[in-house]
Parts: sequence; structure tokens; C-alpha cells
Amino acid sequence: MGAVVDMDAALFAGLCRLGDSTLVLGHRVSEWCGHAPVLEEDIALANTALDLIGQTQMWLGLAGEMEGKARNADALAFHRDVWEFRNLLLVERPNGDFGHTLMRQFLFDAWHQPMLTGLAQSRDARVAEIAAKAGKEVAYHLERSADLVIRLGDGSDESHARMQVALDTLWPYTGEMMTPDATDTALADAGIMPDLVGLQATWDGLVRDVLAEATLAIPDGGFMHKGGKQGQHSEHLGHMLATMQFLPRAYPDATW
Amino acid sequence: MYAQMVKSEATQDDPEALAAFQARIDAGEKIEPKEWMPEGYRKTLIRQIGQHAHSEIVGQLPEGNWITRAPTLERKAILLAKVQDEAGHGLYLYCAAETLGVSRDELTEALLAGKMKYSSIFNYPTLTWADIGAVGWLVDGAAIMNQVPLQRTSFGPYSRAMIRICKEESFHQRQGFDIMRKMANGTKAQRHMAQDALNRFWYPSLMMFGPSDKDSVHSAQSMAWKIKMNTNDELRQKFVDQTVPQAEYLGLTVPDPDLRWNAEKGGYDFSEPDWTEFFEVLKGNGPCNAERLAARQKAWDDGAWVRDGLMAHAAKQRSAPIAAE
Repeated sequence: MGAVVDMDAALFAGLCRLGDSTLVLGHRVSEWCGHAPVLEEDIALANTALDLIGQTQMWLGLAGEMEGKARNADALAFHRDVWEFRNLLLVERPNGDFGHTLMRQFLFDAWHQPMLTGLAQSRDARVAEIAAKAGKEVAYHLERSADLVIRLGDGSDESHARMQVALDTLWPYTGEMMTPDATDTALADAGIMPDLVGLQATWDGLVRDVLAEATLAIPDGGFMHKGGKQGQHSEHLGHMLATMQFLPRAYPDATW
Repeated sequence: MYAQMVKSEATQDDPEALAAFQARIDAGEKIEPKEWMPEGYRKTLIRQIGQHAHSEIVGQLPEGNWITRAPTLERKAILLAKVQDEAGHGLYLYCAAETLGVSRDELTEALLAGKMKYSSIFNYPTLTWADIGAVGWLVDGAAIMNQVPLQRTSFGPYSRAMIRICKEESFHQRQGFDIMRKMANGTKAQRHMAQDALNRFWYPSLMMFGPSDKDSVHSAQSMAWKIKMNTNDELRQKFVDQTVPQAEYLGLTVPDPDLRWNAEKGGYDFSEPDWTEFFEVLKGNGPCNAERLAARQKAWDDGAWVRDGLMAHAAKQRSAPIAAE
């Protein structure tokens, strides 16, 4: 017997999953500031982080609004602890070398772009509107990350080896994106969010094509980590939040 | 002011050619990359534009120090946009320098080898969030003082880069002032941070203009060539005159007991910064010189495989059609 799902709670959770994933990835990408391999990448990474933080403001803003408990996007971003975060495990993975950062971005973008295309068809007009806006930005993120994965995968021996290590390391964190739980299913049934199982084929096709052109081998074995969407995270997220939330937590009476 | 203490190079060109060149500059003409120019003009510009570009790049680091700790999503987004602009400024400036016959990689290697400088201000730490306000308000404010006149500089690509940069810098200064305004009107702790940031950044900001250059032969040559548009002292005075009323508006105290309005000259009298400290910072003894250069060195070293990989891919793409024939 399936659990009875409270639709308001499901929508709040669904919006937090989107907003927390863009927040955590945006934060990770912003850690690169001033340290990228080439100046053009410093610019591109800052631009990507900026887009993702902007999307966070929209998703978490809507989540707070529909929750109706006077929590705005900042309250959700800076005043929740790890167990309340609903981001994908993939996006909280540490930056590692540039290859890890890039591969994480590509694996996420290849999901994010079709996800937003689906969300743009949402029966909830507010969701559709945010998705349409974010979709334009993310189309570019995917174009850039796919292009760089190809160039570095099929580049020098060293760049190929590093990209393969990054892929092997991050691959077990990709399954969570396409594995629905009761919340995802309820939102899909209500026509508010796309069916995650349906995204799998699109993601597979895109990822396989790009990795093939990059001469990278998809890892064997089907084991996949899960739990981020339900609030069970890796040790890394707590450290990120300690940094990110420091000021609003240390000075709760202040406005900035 | 992101270029300091740029010595102009002596030039040993034909006097007639030099006179004709000077006449073009005096007539307000722009010098373009493929046109004849004295070697001294070229070398001085490379040093000045290169130093300015390096300052934009190293300048990402003290601000990047707070991107991950920005207190709201909006502040984080604004700071990201600002730092992205700065990387973009670095890019325009390296491109302007390239038109003079020096590559970006050569300039980067000269920076890492300690043969080229960046602005001394970026060797000071950003210790609290108010420092991000102070950097925008004071550091970008000082930079604008220098860059607005440089829009009229004689070298075409530099002038055009400056026009684009100035548009963005005024947004940067406003965001800095806006942070300071919030902090200065905030809680006791925020006011403390705001005053402390002003205390620490005031004199280093005055140093950004460089020591007095009224008797400097190098400055006179650069001014004749319209590479330098004003003396260091003129710009410093202008900066103080603009900034003191802003500090008063914020309710903050400029850390100079001798600061006072001089009606006769129509500007403030103020204390000189400690020039010994300035020269120590230039020598590498500032609080963050080692960290800043180490961070850039690490980015360069760690990024080598990426740059090599991209070149290897490009080489494969070029050879692919030939191999297929």
C-alpha cells in the first residue's frame, strides 16, 4: 500500500530538491574563484555559479512562499541544517581537480537540462515560469560542459586519464537523479514535475554520446549511492554549510 | 588605481620620428597597434597594462575569500558578478597588451617569477564581511579615480578597454558602498566591523596612488605620452575629497587625526600613509604577498594539464582531416 502523500509537503520538498541542488552546486563552483586553470574558465565558472545562485533564489523563494511559514529563500538557505537539505549527493561532492568539477557539472547538466524542459511544461504556472527562465541558462551550461568533457577526454594522455578517474569516481552518484521516491511520483502524477524514470533515456543518450566522443569508458557495475533527496548526506555537506551559513548564524540579529 | 610606480622606459629612437609621434599625441590622436611607436612607449605600456591586468586577476582572491561566506543569496550573486567582471577586465587588458607583442602566458610567467607587480592593495587581507564593502567602496573608488582619465589615454586598445571597464567599476563601487551602509547602520558588531575595515583599508587605499611623483622624470615622460593622465598627488587629493564626506555620511571616522578641510585650497589636508610599509609590501613583505602569489602559482601549475589537454585536442582536430585524406 502506498503512503498517502500530502501534496503541499511534496511540492515543498520538490522545490527544495531543485533549489538545494542549485545552491550546493553553485556554492561548490564559486569555490573556484581566482583559482581556475585559465582566465576564460574563471569567467565561465563564476558565470555558472551566478546562474545557479539566481535559480536558487527562485526555487527556494517559491518553496518559502508556498510553505507559508514566513521563510524566504535566505531563511531556507542559511537556517536549515544538513538533514533538512534535499540536494542530490552528486552536487555536494568536493571540487577535486578541474576534471572532477567539470565531470560533476556535465553529469548534472545532462539531467538538469531535460529536467527543466519537463518542468517548463508543469501544470503549476509558477514552476513552469522559473523552469523556462533557468532552462535558457542551463542549455548553455550543458553546451559548455559537454564540449569541455569531449576536449579533455580526447585531449592529452594525462587529461584523458584524469577525466576517466573523475567519471569513475562520480558515476555512482548519478543514479539518484533518475530514481523516484514517493514524493517524485506524487509530483509527476499531479503533472507538476516530470517523471524521473522518463528522464533516464534522455540522460543516457546524451551522456553516452558525449562520453563516446570523449573516448571515455562508462564504468561497470550498477551500484548507486542514494539519500541526498531524503536528507541523508555525505560528511562534506556539513562543512560546506558551516562556511556558507557562518555570518547569518553568528549574527542572527543582523541584516546584510 | 591598479598600476603603480610604472617606470617609463628611456627611448633611443630617431628624434624626428619621436617629434612626429609626440605631435600626434598632442593633437589627441589615438595610437593603434600596427603604427610606429617609440620602443619606450611600447615597453612602458606593456608594463603598465600588464600590471593592471595582473591586479584584476590577483584582486579576485581577497574577494573570493568571502564569496563562500556571503551572508545572503543576493550578496553572493552580486559578489560573483563583480568578481566575474574583474576576470573579464583582466581578459580585455591582456588582449590590449597582446597587441603590443607580448602574450598572456609571458605576462603570467613574469608575474609568477616576481618580475612584474600587481597593485599593493591586494596584499592586505579581507578579515570580515565589511572588508568586502571597504574593497568596493575604497579600492574600486581609488581605481576609478585613475581609470576615468585613462579612457582618454593615447593608446587605442587601452583606451577602449578602459571605457568598458569604467562602466562596470562604478557598479562595483556602489555595491561596496551599499555593503558599508548596511554595516554602518547595523548592529553593534556590524558597526565595529565597518569601522575596523575603514581603519585597515584607509592608508593602503591612499598608497594605491603611489608616492608623490611631482619631481619624477618617468612620470613626466608618461604624462607627455598620455599614458599617465594625472599626477599621483592630484588623484590622491581627489580621492580623499570624495571619500571623506562619504565616511561622514556613514557615521564612520577616517583614521587620521590630522584630517581637516582646508578652505584655501578647497580640499582636505590629510596625513601621508607610511611609505616604508608601502615599499615593504612592494618588496613582498605585505601580510598576504606570499599567499596571493602561491595561489596564482598553484592555479597555474594545477591547470597545466587542462591547458595542455585542450591544446592536444585542438592539434588532433587540425590533423584529423589531413589524416583522412
